[in-house]
Amino acid sequence: MSTRTTSKQRDVLGVSALRPDGIAKTQGTFSFSSDYTADNMLWGATLRSPHPYARIISIDISEAIKIAGVETVLLASDVPGKATYGLISSDQPVFASEFVRYMGESIAAVAADHPETCRRALDAIVVHYEVLTPLTSIEDALNPNTPSIHPDGNVFRHQHILHGDASATGDLVVEGEYEIGMQDQAFLGLEAALAYPDSDGKGVELVVATQWLHEDQKQIADCLGMPKEKVRLQLGGVGGAFGAREDISLQVHTCLLALRTKRPVKMQYTREESFFGHVHRHPGVIALKHHVTSEGRIVKIEGTMKLDGGAYASTSSAVLINGVTHIQGPYKCANAVFDGYAVRTNNPPCGAMRGFGVVQACFAHEGQMDKIAKAVGKSPVEVRLLNAMEKGDTLITGQPVESVAPVARCIRETDALPLPAPLSQSTETMGLPGGSGRTSELHNIKRGIGWGVSIKNLMYSEGFDDSAEARCTLADGVATLKFATAEVGQGFVILAQQIARTILGVDVVVLDRIDTEIGSAGSTSASRQTWMSGGAVDGACRLVRERLFEHVAHTHGLDPLQLVIEDTDIVDTMGPLRISVSEASKGLKIAQTFLHQHRKTEELDENGQGNCHVAFAFVAHRAVVDVDVELGLVKVVQIATAQDVGRSLNPLALLGQIEGGIAQGLGLAVMEEIIVQNGIVKNPSFTDYLLPTALDAPDVLFIPIEEPDPQAPLGAKGVGEPPCISVTPAIVAAIRDATGVDLKRTPVRPQDICL
Amino acid sequence: MSTSSEIYSLRINGKEQHVKDSWIGESLLYVLRERLGFMGAKGACEQGECGSCTVLINNDAVCSCLVMAASAIDTDITTVEGLSTQENPTDIQQAFVTEGAVQCGFCTPGLIVAVHHLLESNPSPSEIEVKEALSGNICRCTGYGRIFSAVQLVISQREKSVS
Repeated sequence: MSTRTTSKQRDVLGVSALRPDGIAKTQGTFSFSSDYTADNMLWGATLRSPHPYARIISIDISEAIKIAGVETVLLASDVPGKATYGLISSDQPVFASEFVRYMGESIAAVAADHPETCRRALDAIVVHYEVLTPLTSIEDALNPNTPSIHPDGNVFRHQHILHGDASATGDLVVEGEYEIGMQDQAFLGLEAALAYPDSDGKGVELVVATQWLHEDQKQIADCLGMPKEKVRLQLGGVGGAFGAREDISLQVHTCLLALRTKRPVKMQYTREESFFGHVHRHPGVIALKHHVTSEGRIVKIEGTMKLDGGAYASTSSAVLINGVTHIQGPYKCANAVFDGYAVRTNNPPCGAMRGFGVVQACFAHEGQMDKIAKAVGKSPVEVRLLNAMEKGDTLITGQPVESVAPVARCIRETDALPLPAPLSQSTETMGLPGGSGRTSELHNIKRGIGWGVSIKNLMYSEGFDDSAEARCTLADGVATLKFATAEVGQGFVILAQQIARTILGVDVVVLDRIDTEIGSAGSTSASRQTWMSGGAVDGACRLVRERLFEHVAHTHGLDPLQLVIEDTDIVDTMGPLRISVSEASKGLKIAQTFLHQHRKTEELDENGQGNCHVAFAFVAHRAVVDVDVELGLVKVVQIATAQDVGRSLNPLALLGQIEGGIAQGLGLAVMEEIIVQNGIVKNPSFTDYLLPTALDAPDVLFIPIEEPDPQAPLGAKGVGEPPCISVTPAIVAAIRDATGVDLKRTPVRPQDICL
Repeated sequence: MSTSSEIYSLRINGKEQHVKDSWIGESLLYVLRERLGFMGAKGACEQGECGSCTVLINNDAVCSCLVMAASAIDTDITTVEGLSTQENPTDIQQAFVTEGAVQCGFCTPGLIVAVHHLLESNPSPSEIEVKEALSGNICRCTGYGRIFSAVQLVISQREKSVS
């Protein structure tokens, strides 16, 4: 993307600067990856397994290849490089050849002149399977007597945590079991890519919607058997991501088809295929036992977390670690004995989704906090304030919380927000549970209030060597920024411009194309890009400013340390000089590259001890719901929230993250679930997988808690994930409050309430 | 792919557009995007559930993924490209940007068409009428709050300019 904006006001940090790509997106002229086309282009499509587990006996492509318009059909034997890929461990075949291990696994890819020709070619491929009994339960996967469904075994990871005194007890024991369903990221812009083969056949260029260009580049190059520099990636416009674009989907297939046919090839998933083509949020079961004092203080937690990772590893091991290391929630806890397991089954593969393991943990620990409150006769707010974590507290991993930790403040400020007007005869019926179906009658509706509070780690953990690179070039008063940071909708393109305007005193900030021609920015995930790529852009701009000050100081016989930027001028703090940045940089070209790295983290030891995370953010949610107790329908009326953001760099973009995250957490609370029965996905469509619509959107009241974090380059914490984490348990708690039903699982279905 | 050599034409944003060598099974969305280059309509569900492909046919808001292209002859089709020129965005488009209603932007063109259609037929809708009118357009990024603000801004701006 190359966007030029001239701002009238000074759109610096802290201001609600507007998106540079905003108008183009409203006019339909912004190019998403699915909008790219090329002369002489072919379409690609993927053949997928109808079975969750089967042995492949034979694949016959002879009829498919005869169809007019079909250019090629590729199988596993056509992969020139590594036969498998994967984000953490490379265990997923580019094409299945011996076994298919989940419904929807890729077996073959075709390239043809029209999407319809592709569909017919896929229909004409004959695969003979020996259908096997799928492994679909977590307990079976954990049973050592169950045969392995993959050479790497059925357990992705087990992590034990032992902290403090294992024999510690309290006055009371509070137990609970919790279950989380499989959620889909359901970004709107389906997977799409266009690959251009180099004319010598020795390289390829790929335009793709992804979260992490350089990781894709590495995995693609390995599978193509090419050096990395021969695989050049450009970010196509990304229509949302939420974790689902962290893994490889169609990248390798598209490149293979283009290289084989020597023509540009475009692949684009349908919605149904998208449900099979990317990983989902891990479903799981969590058992928790809290030992507490009679007052309600947590003494010890015990329990297990079991996550179903599906057929291939993806990020299961990292999701599990996030889950188990956040199981205490944002509360003080001196003692813990906990075990987490992530297992392999023949269910759909699971991996990254906004919240990454902490969503699951939070649903369980917040259910427990309400049970503790009840057991000791306190309110949900009182028991949370009593246990609220503070800066300097130690986690159950032994890691001290060095981040600013305004947990109590988040709770108090949320609590102070006004409640909605009570239900009355004048409430519009369409605003009741059941919405435009107008099925609800006022006398069947009960209102409830619930709470959720969470802690979320920011950035990657467990010793991962994490960095982000950016380059800033200043010439004639115009700053140009180059980075490989995936803009997926979150607004990094706005933030990058705000940083440059603030540091350099320029107004015009050009954003260069986002591609692999600069070093990696890491993934747009883990709430990390404001901190990481923001830190890189900030660092590059500061280096440019130093050079500019040196130049001005040299010209005017001053010490560069005397100079500062004021608005768009360079000012001498010790004398009369004032010169505009555009004048000072006339005829100059200063380019600087900066690599931002966060502090090192450690791996966990066998007792789950170690400083494995970088930093943390906190948030509180209060939900108000109306429940039709006869029909089991829920309307989320209002969400109040206060979030620890460090520093608000763009209030409008921040509010967008808060409201958007809340809607996704609402989805997991009351409607969103991929239903899998015996390995078969039952609802891979937007007709059957329900997403929150405009009528489901609650009123959102939001207070940013601004306590700048000295560790963060801009004082700002990542804000993307926290909004969707504790809102789910808050809504479910509100439904429990309204109905008195002890709901153990999310999403809450009508039958859970009224049957 | 066996295609028909017959040419038919569609009236899009007031201009006749000739569709050549097409296959009869192509949806209006496919023809708009892949044959005629109107990339503003987006495909995201193929079932009329998400509204990303919304266009106006004879001033009705429809999902172009559910309309056979060849059945849309002799109708007036308006796409998002027909609502404004690049230099002069509509008040609705500007309000979407000003109010932060655009994030990834994939649902945005469909929503712009839907809001345009709503305010043409009902210039001062109530809050719940806005919600219902937009409930056929799924947005996964914003949670809808900024979209409601954008619509309210346009309503109040238009009311002001009338009075």
